[in-house]
Amino acid sequence: MTRNMPIRNCWSPAFCRFEYLEKDEEMIELVDVSKSFTLHNQGSAVIPVMTGASLRVSRGECVALTGASGAGKSTLMRVIYGNYLASAGTVTVGGLNVTLAEPRQILALRRETLGYVSQFLRVVPRVPTLEVVAEPLLALGHDRQMALDRAAGLLARLNIPQRLWALSPTTFSGGEQQRVNIARGFAHDYPALLLDEPTASLDARNRETVLELIEEAKCRGAAIVGIFHDSEARQRVSDRDIDVSQFAPGLAQ
Amino acid sequence: MTPLLQVEGIEKRYGARIGCAAVSFDLYPGEVMGIVGESGSGKSTLLNCLAGHLAPDAGKVVFDTRAEGPVDTVTMSEPERRMLSRTDWAFVHQHARDGLRMSVSAGANIGERLMAVGDRHYGSIRSRAIDWLDRVEIDESRVDDRPTSFSGGMQQRLQIARNLVTGPRLVFMDEPTGGLDVSVQARLLDLLRGLVREMGLSAIIVTHDLAVVRLLADRLMVMKDGRVVEAGLTDQVLDDPQHAYTQLLVSSVLQV
Amino acid sequence: MNEYNFAYLDEQTKRMIRRAILKGLAVPGYQVPFASREMPMPYGWGTGGVQVSAAILTPEDRFKVIDQGADDTTNAVSIRKFFEKTAGIATTEKTARASVIQTRHRIPEARLREDQIIVYQVPIPEPLRFLEPRETETRKMHSLEEYGMMHVKLYEDISQHGAISTAYAYPVKVSGRYVMDPSPIPKFDNPKLEMDAIQLFGAGREQRIYAVPPHTRIVSLDFEDYTFEATKAEHSCDLCGAGDSYLDEVIMDDAGNRMFVCSDTDYCRSRRSAGHVGRLGEESAA
Repeated sequence: MTRNMPIRNCWSPAFCRFEYLEKDEEMIELVDVSKSFTLHNQGSAVIPVMTGASLRVSRGECVALTGASGAGKSTLMRVIYGNYLASAGTVTVGGLNVTLAEPRQILALRRETLGYVSQFLRVVPRVPTLEVVAEPLLALGHDRQMALDRAAGLLARLNIPQRLWALSPTTFSGGEQQRVNIARGFAHDYPALLLDEPTASLDARNRETVLELIEEAKCRGAAIVGIFHDSEARQRVSDRDIDVSQFAPGLAQ
Repeated sequence: MTPLLQVEGIEKRYGARIGCAAVSFDLYPGEVMGIVGESGSGKSTLLNCLAGHLAPDAGKVVFDTRAEGPVDTVTMSEPERRMLSRTDWAFVHQHARDGLRMSVSAGANIGERLMAVGDRHYGSIRSRAIDWLDRVEIDESRVDDRPTSFSGGMQQRLQIARNLVTGPRLVFMDEPTGGLDVSVQARLLDLLRGLVREMGLSAIIVTHDLAVVRLLADRLMVMKDGRVVEAGLTDQVLDDPQHAYTQLLVSSVLQV
Repeated sequence: MNEYNFAYLDEQTKRMIRRAILKGLAVPGYQVPFASREMPMPYGWGTGGVQVSAAILTPEDRFKVIDQGADDTTNAVSIRKFFEKTAGIATTEKTARASVIQTRHRIPEARLREDQIIVYQVPIPEPLRFLEPRETETRKMHSLEEYGMMHVKLYEDISQHGAISTAYAYPVKVSGRYVMDPSPIPKFDNPKLEMDAIQLFGAGREQRIYAVPPHTRIVSLDFEDYTFEATKAEHSCDLCGAGDSYLDEVIMDDAGNRMFVCSDTDYCRSRRSAGHVGRLGEESAA
């Protein structure tokens, strides 16, 4: 059984699947989350990086994290993804308490619910680009041909020349790698998405495509948390900006 | 969901010295778990206890068998355990020579497990051997060649084919990419990842290579002096290590 | 008078060997270790068979020895003489008249009876040895009935030669349990392993004795699509005309002329004396 998964779920709000969802359903919720690092091998120094962070993102909503470099935007995102352990507080994504979840539950969450487009592409060397992009769909057990078709559609849309699809993206330029990463992040229609600088190092045309992808994702009801240094892009897709400086440990005390 | 493997309080001593102690975890179907630690940390001892190659001094290794559900493999009779290791279990050795029969052909190496479980049709054994050679990217024309004429990477792929032909549900791997060229390693890792996904395999991989676990393992257990010092989601343990030893281990990796 | 104890071995040793034989008969196909003695002949000349024969012979027995089916080869003659000298027993070349037959590499063509015992000389008793050099491991494989490896060998035969090329020492499963090396008899003889007589196997150098009681089921290992065949040369005996006996090929001259003759000399002789004549039978008789 394969699910019907069109690349574009909607062209106009009229086709929006979001219409059928409960508007205020929360996908991502952080309550009083703090994070500190303990460096055991450097005199057990404790470095607090975030405290009292609370955040709610509903379906179809895009929240942009703002704040100066080093303010903890990526840290917050990594805590949501389960990549960093929260030192205190609760992180809930799609109904799953990430702070308490077993590894397999987080893996299932990442497979089905929570997508993450990081700034760096991390792949097994020598795996063809097309496979890299199709992998999230294959991991969900989708039909192979359908997964490859969808991957091809995304790569074409992001202007990765077809002659590169059979090559490993490890040899690509930074911009190309970024677009492969985005294609991979959008292969499956995740109900929740974390986007770390998705438009950085892209030219105008590709930037436009990525913004369209984000808008489509919102439109189908995805809850999105993003970091956008590109303020025009932020203004276009973000419904709400959250300045993470307010969670800086110094201020909270 | 029932865990495929439930490990409770495994301990192995060599006289007064601890091989491994107080190791407990559950492994669910389709999960790949990495075990890292330096030489002598007890990771290989643990793997051998889990796979039935060593008898632990204490603890249980409960496997969810097809026929009878969860059974403790430590107290199981040896014939049953050996049957398990020919059917539902597989063990990939670091050195392909330890896992292959070097004096018989590649086809016979793959076919052995089939014949061991009673397959008596030459034609079907051979076609399955050829199919598996293809899956591990070894040319069909090599089916009658002995593994002695294969490169290290090919031998390792042959060992994997030989192990997976009976469709096991749990694979133990001891440094599966150790001793191979970096380029050969990458190809092997990709192959393993694909097979794990396609066959829905669960795997326990012992390695000291953090890059290997990052790419292959969903979960990670860090061992030091025979004990588990940290466990969790692979990328979380590697990116946000909590224990002093893990922090040391992660920070000691040379960046390329 | 001879100064030897009856049949050369001392009574203690014979008892020890008889115990091994009885255990072997009780567990058909299982290799029983025994303390093989030095014999006044080199290993490889049938020391295992000789010790088994020495342990079972009684003064009333009539003893026959064949080597590749023949009574008149050096090995057969010397073993026969050995027991004539050390046990003073009667000997014969006639299969039907013998009560104990020691053999190397053949089973006589004539059907053996319940009151007969056949003793095989065995060079390598372990059928798994070709694939697994460790004795500790092969023992474990026998005890756990892990016999997939035997088929690995047959698989190799087919993949290399297009057919099971194992022509002698063809492995069999005894009574549905142990896999056994029937000693280097041609596979033509394998069907005869299901017989009325007691079969004893002795390996001197390897210090193993095993046995097959009368009427035991013996199955030659094979594949469903490559079944066992008891093959022989596609000829009849050139001396006695027999079409059902195992044949030796004899090169007769430099021009490449050859003849096929029964490997079982007693069988051939008795057929000829009964009037059967093969292609070259007349001239050779002449």
